[in-house]
Amino acid sequence: MKPCKDLLAGISDFVDGSASDELCEEIRRHMEGCENCRVVVDTTRRTVQLFKGDELLEELPADFKERLHGSLRDAWLKKNAH
Amino acid sequence: MKDSRETDEKLFDRAEESALVLRAKGGDFEAFDLLVRRCEKRVWTVAWRLLGTREDAENVVQSAFIKALEVLETFRGDSSFCTWVGRIANRKALDVLRRRKRERTSSLDELTTEEDFAPIAHPELLVDWREDPTRGVEREELRRILDSALLQLPVNLRSIFVLRDIEGMDTAQAAAELGISVSNAKVRLLRARLRLREELTKAFGGEALVHHHLEPGGLGGLAAALEDFS
Repeated sequence: MKPCKDLLAGISDFVDGSASDELCEEIRRHMEGCENCRVVVDTTRRTVQLFKGDELLEELPADFKERLHGSLRDAWLKKNAH
Repeated sequence: MKDSRETDEKLFDRAEESALVLRAKGGDFEAFDLLVRRCEKRVWTVAWRLLGTREDAENVVQSAFIKALEVLETFRGDSSFCTWVGRIANRKALDVLRRRKRERTSSLDELTTEEDFAPIAHPELLVDWREDPTRGVEREELRRILDSALLQLPVNLRSIFVLRDIEGMDTAQAAAELGISVSNAKVRLLRARLRLREELTKAFGGEALVHHHLEPGGLGGLAAALEDFS
């Protein structure tokens, strides 16, 4: 079995589902015998998923949102006045 | 464009979008305003997470939407409106990052940094997360945890992570935006993900981590696990 550090470079592709079949098999086999690597792969995947989630998009600050739409209306009027 | 954009596409049917774009191009501000409202949370989130300061994020988001308004006639619908305006905002945000003097030490423009050649640091916190890390955590608190973890990354790692994993670009697109090679982008992305994993494990790790983390002198009992991870 390869040492853990040799598998680190492949973790990104593995969690993205873009790793080669060979690499996938290698990582899966390694994880069966290495709890530490299983934890790292699993928590790395969950890290990426958390940030990708639409439900955690940030709300615009309310005062900025109001200013933004006001500025857009002004810019629109200016553009269409010409 | 995949990932997060796909959700946008579901929420906002492309046919409906095309109709709004047509109306906006015809001079209907309300249609344009609706297009903006559909995209603004994502554009704001990406700008905020790239820049980390409200003032800069506001400037970037506002100038991006105004730019979109000014050049709306050039939007051909090859991508969704959100993707198009998002790209404008990303470029403006990256320009801000490039201008920041205080972050010169990890300049976005550096094709390589010493860190790019260094061995990738071994993961240190080796405990599972709680089954559902979002359970029992208010959404605002969760956002704060994510923001805080992200802002601890140096800008060269933060920028690739935000473009790739939050904005939803593929690695080649993100590398092109940043002016770095695809292989360099991959290395930075891996470093960013592993560092964020460490930070989030501090927040979402199970009982073992909490216990050891509270011990005087650091991670105590995890030392044995670290020894094994070599």
